Formats: sequence, C-alpha cells, structure tokens
Amino acid sequence: MDKTEALKKMFTAEGEQIDTNKGAAYYDALWNQCRERLDELKASPKVSNVSINNVLSDEGIERRDFMKWASATTAALMLPASFTPLVAEATELMNRVPVIWLELQDCAGNSEALLRADGPKIDEIILDIISLEFHETIMAAAGHQAEEQMEDAIHHFKGKYLCFVEGSIPQAMNGQYGTIGPKGETFEEHLKRIAKDSAAVVAVGTCATFGGIPAASPNPTGAVGVRDIVKRKPIINIPACPANPANMVGVILHYVLTGKVPELDSLARPKFAFGYRIHDNCERRAHFDAGEYVEEWGDEGAKNNFCLYKVGCKGPMTFNNCSIVRYNESVNWPIGVGRGCIGCSEPDFWDKYAYERPMSGAKIKAPTGGVEKTVDEFGLGMLTAAGIGIGIHAAASAVAGKKDHHEDEE
Amino acid sequence: MSEHIIVDPVTRIEGHLRIEAKIDDNNVITDAYSSSTMFRGIEEILKGRDPRDCGLLAMRICGVCTGTHYQRSIEAVEHAFDITIPKNARLVRNLVQGALYLHDHVVHFYHLHGLDWVDITKALEADPKKAAAEALKWAKTPYGASEGELLKVKERVAKFVKQGRLGPFAKGYWGNKSYKLTPEQNLIATAHYLQALDLQRDAAKMMAIFGGKMPHPQSFVVGGVTCVQDIQNPSRISLFKTLLKKFRAFIKDAYIPDILMAGTEYADEALDGTGAGLMNFMSYGDFRLDDTGFYESELLFPKGIVKNGDLSKVYDVDQEKITEDVTHAWYKGSDNLHPFDGKTEPEYTGLEKKSDGYAYLKTDEKYSWIKSPLYDDERMEVGPLARMVVGYAKGDERITKYVNGFLKKGNLPAKVLFSTVGRTAARAIETELMADVMLEWVDELAANVAGGDLSTWTEFDFDKVSTKAMGYGMAEAPRGGLGHWVKVEDGQVVNYQAVVPSTWNAAPRDYKGRMGAYEASLVGTKVADPKQPLEILRTVHSFDPCIACAVHIVDSKGKELGSFKVDTSCAV
Repeated sequence: MDKTEALKKMFTAEGEQIDTNKGAAYYDALWNQCRERLDELKASPKVSNVSINNVLSDEGIERRDFMKWASATTAALMLPASFTPLVAEATELMNRVPVIWLELQDCAGNSEALLRADGPKIDEIILDIISLEFHETIMAAAGHQAEEQMEDAIHHFKGKYLCFVEGSIPQAMNGQYGTIGPKGETFEEHLKRIAKDSAAVVAVGTCATFGGIPAASPNPTGAVGVRDIVKRKPIINIPACPANPANMVGVILHYVLTGKVPELDSLARPKFAFGYRIHDNCERRAHFDAGEYVEEWGDEGAKNNFCLYKVGCKGPMTFNNCSIVRYNESVNWPIGVGRGCIGCSEPDFWDKYAYERPMSGAKIKAPTGGVEKTVDEFGLGMLTAAGIGIGIHAAASAVAGKKDHHEDEE
Repeated sequence: MSEHIIVDPVTRIEGHLRIEAKIDDNNVITDAYSSSTMFRGIEEILKGRDPRDCGLLAMRICGVCTGTHYQRSIEAVEHAFDITIPKNARLVRNLVQGALYLHDHVVHFYHLHGLDWVDITKALEADPKKAAAEALKWAKTPYGASEGELLKVKERVAKFVKQGRLGPFAKGYWGNKSYKLTPEQNLIATAHYLQALDLQRDAAKMMAIFGGKMPHPQSFVVGGVTCVQDIQNPSRISLFKTLLKKFRAFIKDAYIPDILMAGTEYADEALDGTGAGLMNFMSYGDFRLDDTGFYESELLFPKGIVKNGDLSKVYDVDQEKITEDVTHAWYKGSDNLHPFDGKTEPEYTGLEKKSDGYAYLKTDEKYSWIKSPLYDDERMEVGPLARMVVGYAKGDERITKYVNGFLKKGNLPAKVLFSTVGRTAARAIETELMADVMLEWVDELAANVAGGDLSTWTEFDFDKVSTKAMGYGMAEAPRGGLGHWVKVEDGQVVNYQAVVPSTWNAAPRDYKGRMGAYEASLVGTKVADPKQPLEILRTVHSFDPCIACAVHIVDSKGKELGSFKVDTSCAV
C-alpha cells in the first residue's frame, strides 16, 4: 500500500468508542451490587480499627474536602455522580484490602511513583490505612524477618490480598537471572507462590504488564510480563513507565467498591484509565488540527506550544489518561514539557515508539528481532488494530507534515 | 564456633541484594560477601539503537536515581558528537539533577536508612513536652517538632500500633540493643519520617516542573532540553523556587539537626571508625558551573581521588585507568577491560543448596552479577562521602565551609567522617549545600531568560557526527561516580557500557581477593544479635545501595553455561 494512502486510512479508521453511558438499568444494577458488597465488607471482621473519619479529623481535613475528592474519583472511575457516596464509603473501607507488593526485574520506578501518590492529600492517607503488608523498598524487616512477614501475610489474608507486581520475569537460563530470599527462589517461583493465594494480581508498570525494558529487543534474559506466568487468576494491567499512582489507587478503590476487577480492555488495562487516547485530550491538539508543528527542539513552534507529532510524539497511538490526570500533582507531563509521548503504556513501546522522530523517520529495531519491515508497515498494523479515528482535516495536515519531514530527512 | 548469616532480601534499597557474613564467637564479622541477584541486560538492549534514543532507555536502569542515568547517557552522546549545550539547558539540567539529590538524600535518610537508627516503637514512650525541648537542642527553629505536633504524631503512631497489623513496620528489629536514641529523640525522628513522606512529593514536583514527570523525566534530549515553555513562564520558575525554599527549610531545621542528634548519640561508633571500609575515595566531579564545555568547566563537586584516608594529597581521575574485573562475578574472562571495550560472557554458577534448606553463595568462586571495577588497580568507594572528602582535601571553598560548619555545630573531629555514621552525615551536608546553591541557579536561570536568551538546544548534523564517534558521560549520581561509555558507528550504537556507583561499592572481591566497599566496611563490625543483623543493614544502607544499576551486560549467543542454556544475547 502506498504510504500516504496507508496513513490516510489509519487516521480515518472508524474509532472504537468507549461506552461511557450504559443506561439507567445497568447503573442501577451496579449500584445495588456495590451496595451489597459494601454491606458485606462492613459486616466482615475488622482488620484494622482506624476509621477514616478519625484520620481525616487528625489531619485537619474537612469532610467536605473529602467528599469533593470522592466525587472527582467517581468521575475518574467513569461512574455516574450518584455513586459518589459509595466511593466515599469504599474509601473508608479501604483498610480492609491487604496489599503485597513484589519487586522482580524492576527499577523501583513504580514504587517511587506510589510514594508520589498525588494530591488531594487524601491519597497519602489512603496509603496510611490500606494494609501494605509487604513492600521491599519501604518495609522495616529484612532477610529472614521479611520472609516471615510474607508468610504471615499470606496465611492471615489467604484469598483476600491483592498481589501487586513490579518488574518482569526472566525465563531464559531456567529463570536464574533473578533470585530472591534465603533459599534462592527464582522470580518465577516467587511470583507463582505469592500469586496463588491472592484475590487478584495487579501488574504495575510496563515491565510487569508487557515485559517492558528487559523484554526490549533482543530481550537478553527472556523477560515476560505477569500474564505470561500467572494463570487462573484475575489479572489487572496498569502499564506506563512508571504507572500513574492515581491509577494504582483507582484500581484498589474499584476493587473495594465492587469486589471485582474493573472493566478491562483487550490488554487487561482498566478502561477507566486506559479508555482515553492521549491525542484526544491533548492540550496541543488544536495545533495538530491546524497543522502547526514543532519542527526541531527549541524552535519557534516549541516556544508556542505547537504539536509535537513531528518530533516523535506518539500520543495518537497511546491509550492512557496522562493528558487528563498528568503527573506529580498535575504539575506537568511529557507533552507539557515539550518532549512528547513515547507510548509507554503500550506493549513493546521501546521497540515501536520510544524515539524522537515520527514513525516514518525512525531507525529502530524491529520488535523481537524479526525481518525488518518498514516502520510504517508494522506501525500501521498496530494502529489500525487499535482502532483509531481522527478527522479528515487532521489526517490531511498530518500526512502533509509527515511527508515534508520525511523528505527533509532524505 | 562461627556463624554464617544470610540477609536476603536486603530491604529498603533499590534492587536485589544479598549479604552473607561470617561472625566469630564474639559476634564480630570476620568475612562478608555482597551479591546482586538480578540481571536485565540493558547495555545489550542499547546496542544497535539510535544514540539519540539511548537516554530514555538508559534511564530505566534505575527508578530511584531516575534522571541521572538519563543525563549521563545523553552527555556521553553529546561528548562523542562534541556538542556544547546552551546555558539554559545546563541550568535546567543542574536544577532537575539538584532536585533529585534533595529528594533522594532525604528519602534515603528517613525512609530507607532511618529505621536502622530510629526505633519507632520506642517513640511511644516519649514525653512530647520533653521531646520538644530536645528538638530545641539541635535546632533554633525545629521543623514540625513543637509539643503539640509531637503529641499528634505520638497518638497517630499509637493508634497505628494498636490495630495489630503493623504493615510496612512489621517485624523490624525493634528493641534491639544497638538502637541508642532516647524515646524523645525517636519521637522527633518519627515525626520527621512522616513529614518527609509528605514533603518528598514537593521535591519530586520540582523535577517534574522542568522534567515533565518524576520518576523518569522526559525533557532532556541530545543537544539540550525541550522545556522552553516552562522556563519562559515566570510562574513555573516561581513555583520551583517556592517549593525549593519549603524543602530547604526542612533540610535545615529537620534533616541536619536529626543527623547531629543521631551522630552525637552514635558518636562512639563514628569515632572508632566502624564501617569505614576501603578508605579510598573517588569523585568524578559534577554540576558544571559555566559553559566552557565537557570536562573543562568549573565544577560544584570537584573530581579527584583520596587514598587511604590521607587528606593531604588528592590524585587526579583519568578515565582510561578504569577497568572491570570478573574473577568473582558471573561472567567469563580473565582480562580487566576498559569500559569502551567492556565485554563479558555470563557464566552463572549458581548458589549452593545446603542441608539446612538455604542456598549459599559459593564465595570461593563467582558469586554476584556485579563486576569488580578497579581504578589503576585499586578498589574505590564512591558517593556523597567521597565527594565531600575529595572536595575537603582539595580545599574547595564551598565544600570546606559546609563540612567545617557541620563538624563545628556537632563539636566533632573530621575523622568521624570515616565511618558508617560519617557516610550518612556526609550525605546530609551535601544536601544542605545543594539546597543553597540551587537557589542561586534558579535566579541565574530566571535572569538569563529575562535577558532574552530562550535558547535551549544546540543544532547538530546527526548524519555527519554519527558516522564514527565515541564518548563518555562521567559525572556523579546521588550515590556516587557514574560513567556511561558509548561507541557509535553509522548512526548506531555499537558498544555501550555503564559503570555505576553501586558497581564500585557493592562489587564482590577482585582477582587479588581484595574486598569491595560494602564487604570491607562490614568486616570488624560487632553484631549485637546475630538473629537481628541490624548493624549489617545499617552499614550497607549507609551507601544507599542501588542494585539494579550495578548489574550490567555481555555477549553470548546460545552458549552452554554449565547446565544452563543461554539462548539469547546476554549479559549483566
């Protein structure tokens, strides 16, 4: 297929709309289900007797501020406003969910992100009162005592805890590229053992979800994500590098509220977070539509916040709520800072998206070291599969812009 | 009868680390072994890529010293291409990197290292009134440590303990005899632990203002930075400065006083040199103060080497003298190679399962994924202590002022620096220095932009400069000297090696059987209770281990390694 044609096709493809309004009957049923779930939780024996109301008053936070936060969270979970009291109630019950956090082939970036759980300050209170049973980076115990703590938590919360996993799992060399504990357990054995008695497994960050950086070509250690290892358990993927802490909290909250995993897309990502395409909510979108681009770093376009597509922004290919939630208490995000999106919540993004040129101008490694296709070919395959819709006008400007850029390079 | 103890996992660090120690009848450590138990192969992944894309990838070496590997990688490429970045870009990088130091050091002390010194459970016995008076001994205007504030903290902790599940605080070494702070002092430190947990988000926010997000900022590119919008907006610079001032107040009125307080209570083990280790210190130097270009500029942290704790002589650092030895690392090879030629084949020989059910390191053979780097055939320690020692020995005006100021306040001799306590104190001294100098940098950036200079990127002809080039980014990470070496041909990376701070510090023995920095610093330490190896954690944590970084790479295609088939191109 002619490149221009291909690109036009891609940008005009029919979009897969997210169903944000499922009708009164659906929500009524869900509401009742949540209500039952919360009553059931309330009746269950208390794990912790800290009440959020006490914490709130200790922290000098008004009930009113808390309800504001709850209503914002309800919206973020894509639920109607009538769910706000339930979300607030679920928050109060959050100390009922024990969390065991595993670190495998990781860089601790997601743990760091969790520490950054951003404002309103309530997020941190939530950290204080969820039962974080095991987390290597912050726990006091080490060595044998850490092992004991793990055993104790698994036993005490059998079938009830959420197992968060950060980092990929090496498969080459019988998995011995990563071992842990005094018995030298491999990461795979470790993960399987802890996941076995969990209520659900939450893979956090792109390494745990899709293999991430260790799995980037040529994948020296045969790294894979959690879904390739753990079977017969509900798995929730929260990708991005690192995952946004708002989405981690969102998943926990949803679990408390409904006792279920949130609605997921085909990559097991919660739709409430990954149902958005970066491009559709981008603050620079108007410049894309107008065909105004940053052509090189620091140019006049950059000084005027023009679109970053031609310097490699992969916002059009990437699903995540960054353009809405942003990072670090919404202070900024990669597109805000003039760099553009590198597609970090998508599988294989290191081999597909993470470069500062549009796909046509990229000299990148083909994923899994296969036959080198032109980037447009394999890129388009992926894009059309993701089902993306962009207006004709935008497509035309993108095609024009991209073509110019391609010629510049030659 | 000697005892052999294993600490695995070593928690409150980045990465996967195991320490094994042999202790004698008097509970003194006679031998110690440091082993990294995880490998990813990031250098191998970097090969064949466009050098402009390496920074983002290399940054994922570590999510804690996030941004440092990013900058080093980009600078290695800029050095190879002979690019000098604009003044704005240099200042933005200094500010982002400086904010990382503030964040990293404070989080390290309170959340990773603090529980080795502070017994949180003892805080419950404290009298808040007495504690407030105690705080006034160490600071004129203590941060968040008035009677009322301390009472609140005490009640909050009491409530937390009462509920039964201690979460992340469960099964710590509480009550161990090696904890020396009074209940009041423990309460002050606990209050600051909680306040720092809140405030660290501000330091991260500072990085995000010019970096886009944190962890893993995204605004650096080969040639400069992309955040022109953020530096031309006065409200962004103003927000940065406001957050900096707030965080600086915490450093001066909480962090420094807490270090003085703890340093005084633990002075005995500082004075007798517990945990001193190698006594060889190396700093690559970092934070360019002018725009004369790579390895020419005046530096905030000077480069140099101090050997055997002798402050009267400072040796220069020559990157050509750096080599890596693999005698005790899970790689093949016998020659010590310079990073430009760095090459190794994995040779995983595993752990030895014994009848007690545990797996032990085979310490006579290979026992870690970390190589042993050598400088001119000597072992070196790197990190904040090395930076302060080298600056002090060189007579650097600024560093000398801060080091002397601290020692004077605590009425301590300079030799206390050569210890586990000293390593922890040096980090705090450096943090205060950094917070002060950053205020100057913010103003410098604002003035430069206001003067009309909006340049953030230096143009270069990629096709021309990338036909054949090699370069290195050698500077400092919060944990110590960090170097990235890159070789480029025809627009692609042909070799890439990173020698990181924890490679220097956490390395196993070398070909002569000489210990790495962690190992050397543990030997001779007395452990109060071998079932609770608190002292081991204390000394290892004082280095601020960052282990994912320390493990790197090599080539081998489908080689039989013992009983294991390695069927990929791999390395550590």
